[in-house]
Amino acid sequence: MPYALTLTRAALLAALALPIAARPARAFRIFVSNEKDNSITVLNGATLKVIATVPVGARPRGIVLSNDRKSLYICTSDADHIEVLDLATLKVDRILPSGADPEFMALSPDGKTLYVANENNSEVSVLDIAASQVTAEIPVGVEPEGMAVSPDGKTVVCTSETTSMAHFIDVATHTVIASVLVGTRPRFAVFTKDGSKVWVSSEVAGTVAIIDAADHKILQTLHFSVPGVPQDAVQAVGINLTADGKYAFVDLGPANRVVVIDQQTGKILNYLLVGQRVWHNAFSPDQKFLYTANGISNDMSVIDIKRLVVTQSVPVGQSPWGVVVGP
Amino acid sequence: MIPYPTDQRRRRASATAAIGLLFLGLLAQAGTAHGATPALTLTYLGLVHKLPAPSAVLTPPIPDDALQGAELGIADDNTTGRFLNQAFTLAHILSPDPAALLKDFDAAIKSGQRLFVVDAPATLLLKMADSSGAENALILDATSQDDALRGADCRHNLLHTLPDRAMLTDALMQYLVSKNWRRIMLLVGKTPEDALYATAIRHSAAKFQIRIVADRPWTFNAAAQQADTGHYEVNAEVNDVTQGPNYDVLAVADEEGNFGNQVAYRTARPRPEAGTQGLVAQAWSPVMDEYASTELQLRFRHQAGRDMNNQAYGAWLATRALGESATRTGSLDPTKIIAYIRGPQFELSGYKGPPFSFRPWDGQLRQPVLLADTMSLVSVAPLPGFLHQTNTLDTLGTDQPETTCHMPSP
Repeated sequence: MPYALTLTRAALLAALALPIAARPARAFRIFVSNEKDNSITVLNGATLKVIATVPVGARPRGIVLSNDRKSLYICTSDADHIEVLDLATLKVDRILPSGADPEFMALSPDGKTLYVANENNSEVSVLDIAASQVTAEIPVGVEPEGMAVSPDGKTVVCTSETTSMAHFIDVATHTVIASVLVGTRPRFAVFTKDGSKVWVSSEVAGTVAIIDAADHKILQTLHFSVPGVPQDAVQAVGINLTADGKYAFVDLGPANRVVVIDQQTGKILNYLLVGQRVWHNAFSPDQKFLYTANGISNDMSVIDIKRLVVTQSVPVGQSPWGVVVGP
Repeated sequence: MIPYPTDQRRRRASATAAIGLLFLGLLAQAGTAHGATPALTLTYLGLVHKLPAPSAVLTPPIPDDALQGAELGIADDNTTGRFLNQAFTLAHILSPDPAALLKDFDAAIKSGQRLFVVDAPATLLLKMADSSGAENALILDATSQDDALRGADCRHNLLHTLPDRAMLTDALMQYLVSKNWRRIMLLVGKTPEDALYATAIRHSAAKFQIRIVADRPWTFNAAAQQADTGHYEVNAEVNDVTQGPNYDVLAVADEEGNFGNQVAYRTARPRPEAGTQGLVAQAWSPVMDEYASTELQLRFRHQAGRDMNNQAYGAWLATRALGESATRTGSLDPTKIIAYIRGPQFELSGYKGPPFSFRPWDGQLRQPVLLADTMSLVSVAPLPGFLHQTNTLDTLGTDQPETTCHMPSP
C-alpha cells in the first residue's frame, strides 16, 4: 500500500525533523555576567534553563570566550584582575593580571593575547595569556571601554568614553596611529567580518559611527529615534553584526530596545522591545537567535532573527552586563 | 576600591596650588609651555570663603573644593588633548579678598586671558563680567546657585555650571508630586541665602501645586546643639516650631547647615525632612553611582583624598566644558571655543545620563538634579512623566518663556 507507506514515512520524517527544527543544531550554553551579584549565570542554549550560577570576583563585566572554547575570560573590575572560568568544571581556575579596573577586553585572532581596557587609569593593557603577564600598557583617552581586534590581528580599536574617541592601535608597535572623534561617550567597537569597517556606538549621543578601517574616516553616522521614548533615553551600547553581512543589532540601553539595521546600507529596519537598560548581546552559534543582557530588569531577552521578534525573556542574576555563547 | 592617598599626596597638591599662585604671570605669557604641543591656559579664580563653624564635627569645612574639581577636569582635558596635539594649563589664583581677586582678574584680562573658571559669589562675578576688557572673555561660574545671575542680572559673558536654586527646588517638588506628598511645612533659616532658597521653594511649590501649609522662620541659637545636654533644648525647640497644621514633608532652607541637621526625628509629627537637609536636591553627591559616575568619583577621590562635592563637580564641569569645546572645534582659539560652547552642537557628558548643554536664554547648564540623603540616591529629576516640548531637562528651573534675562548681545 504505497499510500499508507508514504503516510508513515511522512510521519516519521516529521517526527525526526521537529526536534531539529525546534532548536539549534548543536548543544551550547549561554554565559551572562551579573555585575552586581558577582556571578556568572550559565544557561542551557536549547532549553534556556539556568544550569548553574557560578560565583566569581567582584563586579564581573566584560566576558570573552577563549579560542579553544574551553575557558571564559571574565573582567572582574573591582577585583582588578581577569578570572579564567574552566567551562568543563565551571570553576575559576586561574587569575590573570590586567591593570586597574578592567572593564572590557578583546582577544587576538590567535587566542594568545588579550587587550584589556583599564577604565580607571586610561590605558590598554596587553596581556600575554600563557605567561600571565601584562607585556605593555598603551596610554589612551579617559575611561577606555570598547575593545575590538581586526580579523587580521594587526589593529586594535579602543573607545575612550570621556575623550569621545575611537583609538586605532598598531599591534606591532603598540602605538596609537589614529584617534577618531565620535559621538559623546563611545562604548563599544566591532569590526565587520572583512575587517574593512569598524562600527562604534556612542552612549550619550545615542549614535553609531561606521568608520573606514583603512583611512580612519567616518563613513556614516546612524541616528536612532524610538516613538514614545524620550530622545535622551536612546543610548547606543552593544553591537553585533551577523556573519552573512545582513543585519546589525545595536542595544539602545534605557530605551529598552534593540535596533535592527541593514548592515550594508545603514538603514534602520526595526526596533524590538526587550528588557530594561539593554547592554550587550550575543548570537546563538547558528546565528538564528540573539540574546541580550538587560541590566535593570535582570533578565535576558531572546530574539528570533528570522522573524525579528522577541520570543522570550529569562531571569538571570542582578545587573546582567555581558553575554557570551559557548560550548 | 582605590584607597585614599596619603597625607603626603595632599600636601603636594596644596604646594602645587601655592606655586601656581606665584607663577601665574609666567604661565599666562608662556602660550606654548609644553614644547611642540600648543597649550591653552585657563585661569581659575577662587575667593577663599570665610567658612561657617560646622554644625557637626563630622563635616569639617574644606577650603579648596572647587579647585580640586577644576584640576581633575584639566587632567581629563589633557588626556584627551594628547591625541589632538592640544594641551591645557590651569593657572589658579586664590584670595580671601574680593578686591584683590578683581584686580587679579583685570590683570589676567590685560595679559590676554579670555577663559576663566571662577568660584566667587554673585556680586564679585558681576564685577568681573562688567569690568573693562572682559566683553570678549568667557567666565564660567562654577559654584553659584544664584537665580538672579540667570535672570535679571545675567551677562552675555557668564555661564553657570551648577544648577540654580530654581532647578533644585523644582526637582524636589517633582519628587513630592510623584509621591503625592502635597503639603509642606517650610522652616527658613536666618541668612540671606536661606531667604533666597525659601523664595525658590515657594515659587516651585506654586508651579507644581504643592501647598505650603505653614511658612516659619527658625530663630533659635545655632550653636545650642554643641552645649552639654543641648540636645534637650534643640528637641524641645523643634517640637514647638513644628506644631500646628498637618503636613506631609518638612522643608528646610538652611544652606550653611546651621540647624537643618538637627531637625529630623525631633518634629512634633513624625514627618520626613527635605530641602537643604534630609532629602537634598543637589547637582552631585558622593552616593551617586549610576551612569558610570563611579569612575569620576574614584578619579576624584584618588586625586583629592576625599569625596567629590557640589563645588568640585561644578568646577570639573567648567574645565571639561571648555576642553570639550576645544576637542570638538579642534582649536585652542578662545573665539572658536566660546562660539561652540554656547551653540546647539555642544554636548557634555556629566555622568547623570542625558547630555548637558547651556540654555541659550540664560547661560545655565541644563542637567538632571539628584535627590539624595547622606547615604543613598533617592531619585533623579526630571522624574518620569514631567515632559517638555523640546528637552525634558527644561522642566527644571526657569524656562525660556518666563526668563527675566534679556542680555544685550556682545
